[in-house]
Amino acid sequence: MYNDNDISALATAAEPSTGPRRIDVHHLTRVEGHGNIVVRIAADGTVEQCRWEVSEAPRFFEAMLLGRDYQDVHHITSRICGICSIGHQVASLQATEQALNIRVSEQTLALRKLALHAENLQSHLLHIGFLALPDYMGVPSTLHLAETHREEVLNLIACRRMSNEFSRLVCGRTTHPQRFVPGGFARLPSMDDLHQLRVLLAESLPGLGRVIDLCASLRDRVPAFERETEYIALVAPSEYPLYWGHIGSSMDDRRPVDQYEQMTREYLVRQSTAKWARNKAESFMVGALSRFNLNHAQLTDGARKAAATLGLAAPCHNPFLITLAQLVECVHSVEDSLLLVEALLSRGLRHEASSKIKLQAGRGASAVEVPRGILFHAYEYDEQGRVVSADCVIPTNQNHANIQKDMEALTPRLSGLPESEIERLLSMLVRAYDPCISCSTHLLETEQRKAERPVRFIRT
Amino acid sequence: MGAKPKIAFYDFAGCEGDQLQVANLEERLLELLSHVEVVSFREVMTGGDIEPCDVAFVEGSVTRPEDAERLRRIRDNSAYLVALGACAAIGGVNCLKNFMEEDVYRERVYGSQGRWFATGPARPLRSVVAVDAEIPGCPIDKNEFARVTKELLLGRTPWLPDYPVCVDCKAAGNVCRFDLGRMCLGIITRAGCGAACVTEGAHCWGCRGMAPKANLDAARQIMDRAGFSRRAVQDLFRFYLGDTSAAL
Repeated sequence: MYNDNDISALATAAEPSTGPRRIDVHHLTRVEGHGNIVVRIAADGTVEQCRWEVSEAPRFFEAMLLGRDYQDVHHITSRICGICSIGHQVASLQATEQALNIRVSEQTLALRKLALHAENLQSHLLHIGFLALPDYMGVPSTLHLAETHREEVLNLIACRRMSNEFSRLVCGRTTHPQRFVPGGFARLPSMDDLHQLRVLLAESLPGLGRVIDLCASLRDRVPAFERETEYIALVAPSEYPLYWGHIGSSMDDRRPVDQYEQMTREYLVRQSTAKWARNKAESFMVGALSRFNLNHAQLTDGARKAAATLGLAAPCHNPFLITLAQLVECVHSVEDSLLLVEALLSRGLRHEASSKIKLQAGRGASAVEVPRGILFHAYEYDEQGRVVSADCVIPTNQNHANIQKDMEALTPRLSGLPESEIERLLSMLVRAYDPCISCSTHLLETEQRKAERPVRFIRT
Repeated sequence: MGAKPKIAFYDFAGCEGDQLQVANLEERLLELLSHVEVVSFREVMTGGDIEPCDVAFVEGSVTRPEDAERLRRIRDNSAYLVALGACAAIGGVNCLKNFMEEDVYRERVYGSQGRWFATGPARPLRSVVAVDAEIPGCPIDKNEFARVTKELLLGRTPWLPDYPVCVDCKAAGNVCRFDLGRMCLGIITRAGCGAACVTEGAHCWGCRGMAPKANLDAARQIMDRAGFSRRAVQDLFRFYLGDTSAAL
């Protein structure tokens, strides 16, 4: 419906121009946080400029962490985002554990990987079903579909409920979990919880299959737009990595995690309270499509089948297809979680004595894949285990420049389209990235941190 | 209120985890929606920004002059205004930055360009406009949201527990954190969460705000007797309760 040809068809049908105009999408809906799209149109209908602006209130988390005790840090960073609170906790714990030289057990690793899968499912299904789908169905929200497509909506809700239940069984609750502590778990799920989880996961596959069929049937409504960019994600030899790995790129050498600053060179632009980033190309992409492009060979069989059904093949350069890559990842997350649960069940859960933590000054950096892409946390602690400096590089912030560059590539093709159509296409583009804007607005000036002044604690 | 009351959701500085809890009502959300008309819910719906409504649920803290102005417009357009979650009700974690100099947090995060963006102390909604009710918590409890909304739709004044989390904690069968040598704010925090954090192995952080008539003197004695340093107490107290003038 919105392929190349149709865009030109709409252009000829456009109304005659009425002088220079400006489209201002103030606080784009169905995204997390506040962002604006601004379009300038000349008198003859030529679209001259499209701009992606971030207007979210800055929140200063890295400053808020200064002087805080290592045991509280992951609880504070969790509040950066309601949707990816688990990912922030896991990244935060990893960085703290590295800084304080704390080792965690195989069991803790498996449970944390499960937690990341749970969050990916929660967030991806929210995006696919509730944020992106209305664009393809031509309605303001999925809730409006409840009348006309009741079965599909109920299926989407059931899939989402499964993901919430998954998170609750592993993490204790769906948002801002309380079980995680540096070194392990304050409370473990029970064996019963894991048995229940195995059933839940196995039963969810047919429902996910119906979501795949629904999206496959809407495949021809995806705009045919391609712009090759740099793709960055965690890579590992043995798995489709979420919890650890090296930083991989489609255009650059892979690097260890502690060199993250060299790949996420951040800079400020006036149109955004969130920072932008670039590496080899003028911008880069992180998230489900990046992961798919770099790691598709390590997807589970079911996920690979889903990709084939959805017509998604790597390398894919169409940002509108991020949503479908998320759906492929949902299948992967369910199937990989089933393996993790099986392994935990066969080994049995053990209550592990919390490892003795010896406080020491140190630095640690971590990278974790969260729904919107690669997330870095890095901390420096003093010998009392209090934060001296903190840095969080959030995926959406890495994507902002790429969103802008996509808009620029799309700009010439928008000329002559009705304003509503321009607004719809640009909104769809931004929503495809599933930006988590409130996450992205508290980033540290990395260059200045190097020549940092001595620590200034907040209190006397 | 009319046959189909209009409700709206708005947000300021925060993580939007509270609106997410509303979305997490799943099938019950569809039920709720059959009784109301949602006029603005940016997180899940295309639609207008500020619309006249019967009940506005507002998430997040106020941190900029333009936020205060927008909040006043929301207030003017809403018959009833509910603060949704800790950031809106009590300021929440955002207030952590209120204890450092503005230059420090601006520079730390934005470096030499720290003056580009407006920001100021984080404040709860009630420091700018009149708030009719609150649904506290970080995040809110979706069942409490459903109950309070139901009460509002029935024209009743919503009710919140006025006793401390310790009551919930006893009901949940938890061992007291102080008996384990740990610190906990359950002794002064408003109950209603079922002691969610303590039950999961953590302690109470105070996210639901202080219980009415919380006995801070007694709390201080308990903290002192347990031997916690002033700094440790202050750390915990400022986590969520940074906006209160109460000293502990």
